[in-house]
Amino acid sequence: MMRRSPFKPSGGWLSLAFWIVASLITLFPIYWMFVVSAKSRVELFGAPNFIIRSFFVENYTATLTNPTFQRYMINSIIISTSNALLVTTLALLATYALSRYRLVGKENIFFWTITNRMAPPAVFLLPLFLLITQTFAIGSFSLYDTRIGLVLLYCVFNLPFAIWTLRGIIDAIPKELDEAAMVDGCNTWQVLTGVILPLAKPGLAVTAILTWVFAWNEYLFAATLTSVNARTITTGLAEFVTVTGTNWGQMAATASLTLVPALVFLGLVQQHIVAGLTFGAVKE
Amino acid sequence: MRSQTTGWLLLAPTLIILLVFGLGPFIYVLVVGFTNWNSFAADPSAHFAGVQNFRRLVFDDPFLHALWLTFGFTFFAVLSEIALGYLLAQLLMRDIPFQGFFRTIHTLPLMVAPIAVGATWRLLTVPGLGPLPYYLDRWLGIDLRIGSFANQAFAATVIMDVWHWTPLVTLTLLAAISSLPKEPFEQAQIDGANRFQVFWYVTLPLLKPAILATVFIRVMDALRTVDEVWMLTGGGPAAATRYVGLHIWRVVFPKTDYGYGAAMSLLTLYVTIVLCWLMYVALVARRELPRSE
Repeated sequence: MMRRSPFKPSGGWLSLAFWIVASLITLFPIYWMFVVSAKSRVELFGAPNFIIRSFFVENYTATLTNPTFQRYMINSIIISTSNALLVTTLALLATYALSRYRLVGKENIFFWTITNRMAPPAVFLLPLFLLITQTFAIGSFSLYDTRIGLVLLYCVFNLPFAIWTLRGIIDAIPKELDEAAMVDGCNTWQVLTGVILPLAKPGLAVTAILTWVFAWNEYLFAATLTSVNARTITTGLAEFVTVTGTNWGQMAATASLTLVPALVFLGLVQQHIVAGLTFGAVKE
Repeated sequence: MRSQTTGWLLLAPTLIILLVFGLGPFIYVLVVGFTNWNSFAADPSAHFAGVQNFRRLVFDDPFLHALWLTFGFTFFAVLSEIALGYLLAQLLMRDIPFQGFFRTIHTLPLMVAPIAVGATWRLLTVPGLGPLPYYLDRWLGIDLRIGSFANQAFAATVIMDVWHWTPLVTLTLLAAISSLPKEPFEQAQIDGANRFQVFWYVTLPLLKPAILATVFIRVMDALRTVDEVWMLTGGGPAAATRYVGLHIWRVVFPKTDYGYGAAMSLLTLYVTIVLCWLMYVALVARRELPRSE
């Protein structure tokens, strides 16, 4: 627990100064991106200027009214939302099974899930590409360049995360509660929706938000396993560098738009993101 | 009351998805790596080729170069992150105002998409636009052009990674430090230990599990860095920042030499596992050494 004694100026001032500098360094790249996004090409010419005098909205409207980008953004929203809902639901069922049932090798299964998240994605691009375009293709239908393909693929890294986050939450719900409900004649489904769901709601919300953000942020799978129809906003942002080159204002505006969900959800999930990113090894 | 069947049914959807899309590719890459499958070769079908692909890999200079670069990148990035993260965590343990505020700001980089991190750092470092080249030139006379100088590009990717991931180390170590028991520190003070002795003989051994876990997570993540570097430098200049993930994705993948690409993926995975294992042995073995009582 953090010590809450009166203010100590001796070491305190130096620590405070250090943290202020660290915070400024943390914020500066994002602030600069925002500055660039608010300026026209002409304003960006010459010495860097950190003050936004007039907001050049065209950078944003150019992206937001571009039909391609609209499609990318809608894809990203649909894919992230479907993935978050699917992952949270499946993880709740799986975690409940792992927590309450006496299954053979369940601890091994629990640990095996996390290996899926540890593997380097670049290593699995080639086999995934081949599996999706050739092995899983039925006639002319394949998961390549489909939203459902990405929704399923994102489960590979989001499901283990969700299971590891939810495990502690489900374990903490007293077994007696759902046993009492079972004695009263509830079936498994009724126990899950009537007892577990209401109690695990905050944890489920955090899990859903973080999986949503991870899906939104993903780039490598989206770039490799889609071509036109299912492209996401991160691939759109990357295309700025490779295709159009130097329209920095519009690129910064698109990057800022990519950042919006992170900023919106930051306050809600900041307590949990560390536990999530360290596979639950660290609990705050 | 609780039948095993229901349990397995609840677990089934998760297991099926992870088996198909998680374990499936692994087995697939294991098989393809030993074939000469190349969809644009004269004979596009896959045939068993033994270890031929792996023999080629040993003499594949661009691949070995990429692997070597990745190790360098991982080493410098993770080392800086641990040192800086530890310092920041210790400083936040002091009583300073706005702790919650600082923590929130520090969490922000963790939520940003890697591709957007690359974009922000590109906006910072592009000559003629970014403030970094401008002020480095004006104040220090340094000509910063990460598109031309290999060392600068490498350093830029390391600094970007430090910016992105130091917060994770800070917050992890902060959680570990705040859960440390007080008694050993009080005892050390009674025994008259100086600050360095307390750090070396009390703090560090107590924090070792947390630091180890953080190092492992960071090393695994750093080894697979692709998006940010792709956005910042595109792997260039030449191949100066073409780390192994980038190499597989941009160079080998488009060549449709599937057998060879699979072998390379397999070797990369193997090297990652071996590296983590070696680190584990080295670090845990050191902990087992007897400490002075």
